[in-house]
Amino acid sequence: MKKVLAGLVVAVALVTPRLAQAEKLVIACGSVGQEQEVCKQGAEAWAKKTGHTVQVMSVPTDAGQQLAQFQQLLAAGSSDLDVVRIDVIWPGIVANHFIDLKPHFPEDVLKQHFQPIVKNNTVNGKLIAIPWFTDAGLLYYRKDLLEKHGQKPPTTWQELAQVAKVVMDAEKKAGNDKLVGYVFQGKSYEGLTCNALEWVDSFGGGTIVDSNGQVTINNPKAVEAIDFFASLVGNVVPKGVLSYEEEGARGAFQSGNAVFMRNWPYAWSLANAKDSPISGKVGVMALPKGGAEGKSTGTLGGWQLGVSKYSKHPELAVDLVKYLTGPEEQKRRALVGSFNPTLTSLYKDEELLKANPFISSLYETFTNAVPRPSITGTKYNQVSTEFRNGVYATLSGKGKAADNLKKVEAKLKSLGKNGKW
Amino acid sequence: MASPATSLKGGTSALSRVRTRAAWLFLTPTLLVMGLVAGWPLGRTFWFSFTDANLTDLAASRFVGLDSLRQVLEDPDWWTTVWTTFRFAGVSVLLETVLGMVIALSLNAKFRGRGVLRAAMLVPWAIPTVVSARMWEWMFNDIYGVINAMLLSVGAISESLAWTAEPGLAFGAVVAVDVWKTTPFMTLLILAALQMLPGEVYEAARIDGASPIRVFFQVTLPMLKGPLMVAVIFRILDALRVFDIFFVLTGGGTETMPMAGYARQRMFEYQEIGVGSAAASLLFALIAVFTALYMVVGRVKLEGE
Repeated sequence: MKKVLAGLVVAVALVTPRLAQAEKLVIACGSVGQEQEVCKQGAEAWAKKTGHTVQVMSVPTDAGQQLAQFQQLLAAGSSDLDVVRIDVIWPGIVANHFIDLKPHFPEDVLKQHFQPIVKNNTVNGKLIAIPWFTDAGLLYYRKDLLEKHGQKPPTTWQELAQVAKVVMDAEKKAGNDKLVGYVFQGKSYEGLTCNALEWVDSFGGGTIVDSNGQVTINNPKAVEAIDFFASLVGNVVPKGVLSYEEEGARGAFQSGNAVFMRNWPYAWSLANAKDSPISGKVGVMALPKGGAEGKSTGTLGGWQLGVSKYSKHPELAVDLVKYLTGPEEQKRRALVGSFNPTLTSLYKDEELLKANPFISSLYETFTNAVPRPSITGTKYNQVSTEFRNGVYATLSGKGKAADNLKKVEAKLKSLGKNGKW
Repeated sequence: MASPATSLKGGTSALSRVRTRAAWLFLTPTLLVMGLVAGWPLGRTFWFSFTDANLTDLAASRFVGLDSLRQVLEDPDWWTTVWTTFRFAGVSVLLETVLGMVIALSLNAKFRGRGVLRAAMLVPWAIPTVVSARMWEWMFNDIYGVINAMLLSVGAISESLAWTAEPGLAFGAVVAVDVWKTTPFMTLLILAALQMLPGEVYEAARIDGASPIRVFFQVTLPMLKGPLMVAVIFRILDALRVFDIFFVLTGGGTETMPMAGYARQRMFEYQEIGVGSAAASLLFALIAVFTALYMVVGRVKLEGE
């Protein structure tokens, strides 16, 4: 017994020097809705377990602005940031600044995640980030209002416009003139690119640039889609949408002032929170089809965690990533914040399915979401900006989609090499 | 080096040399800091504007001569932002000058509570721009904003307006916030100048029986011209390099983007440090040329009469 104790003391003494040194890590995660809070809880749980400290860096809500902030830090080789939350569309842009995680994550762990995401995060054979949660655009609707006015959840965008109109008119007669029909992310930022890609894809108008690198945006289906949404602005869609990010749309919907909203899954737990005026009155479904022959689609979102090449404590940072992307933490995040897990096994978890019923019914939406054109690599942000500028112009009444998308096409062709990527 | 001959010429020159040396000694730290925090970044921006530097890999940047500058000049979006910026500067500075003059004239009169009013007037100027822009963003909100609520209740508009969303309205909203924020600055400068004006001139004008309006245009305004031109130039310089109000209030559409916003977008959103730096240098040059022109045409003497 004494020998065992002595052995333990020696073992502890051998291990302690490494652990005794409490280090400080800095993680950058999102700030939309309650994400920063949820991220902080996870990071603190890890800190408590390991005796280190983790600081959460404040970031802008707009993904494009976040990327700008990270690029400045990373390009300067700053060690102020250890773990970074990376958008599904960024790997090609930031790959240079991140360490290869393949040696740190055994094959069987990676196998548990959605494979397309793992593939998406691999750049030139280097695994730069581990999937953390996945996203796709969803349609939120007011179950109570639809039932009250005898309407069914819409299957096409055209139906959505009709239903919204009926409900709005009826409510207006009853004295509720604040109610608007449909809100989405319409400000000129990355969110509008995601929304407009969904419209175009649902009408069968392709994905801006196809997987062969051809610019495809200027086609009749895409024109029809964008014109259709432009025609809604000013009647069922309030003009203010043109200044909304995710939280702007959620503000309108959650305060009870909108019948329909397009948003990411995170809005679910917030809309149903105790202090939410519409708690329990919300339905969620896949986004409508673009007409009878269209398809139901959602833009693939989702975030990964990578370790900066300039981190002073890469080993610890990897350990933090392992913890945060692990099953226990992914499940907790799904329960409190409805962040969709990237681990396939969690989609069969009873407790989780009860809290987020849409996870199983919309499994298809999440696995078949339409990706943004990552083939454009480091120029993605320019492609996205040109595309949404064209859409924004149309939505705000500056010209028709046919002309605006033609201009977008010309710009995109001049950005790529010889008109393609 | 000082030769004995010159130092014999007069003690004053030796003294003035000592003084000059001391002055340089005292100035050196300031100059060093200035060079470090202003000169170095400025120089680097100029240098970057002749390269194709990219944030993805800064080490791989090459010298490309005027190619980055050409890319900016050939981009119609750049010219949209130039137009937006100059329009913004023109409209907002004009409004600020007129309002500033009116408020300064009223505050120059003697009445009870003048001190309190002067202090209160400065509040908008004291609030950081980002904070005031965010504050106004909430007030301008189309659904729960107080501005819509007020206008609706008095019947000035029949339905809620999306102040920060529609490019036309957004421009007006930005100008309104800027006018609200910087009119106090104008007022302060004009008020200071007003209080320096000699009382005898007004007395003479009163004895001659000039009407108040005539006094303003023929006495006050000509005497205010110098300080007014200086105040206006400060504001124009500020307005031409505007960034924060547009950024917070309208957030990024090309339709409502100032020149500085364009440079930022190219640099950080598109990772094109080279092209972005070219735009920033161009912005610098445009402001310099415009200011020089203004000073020549307006015959402004910054050193005073």
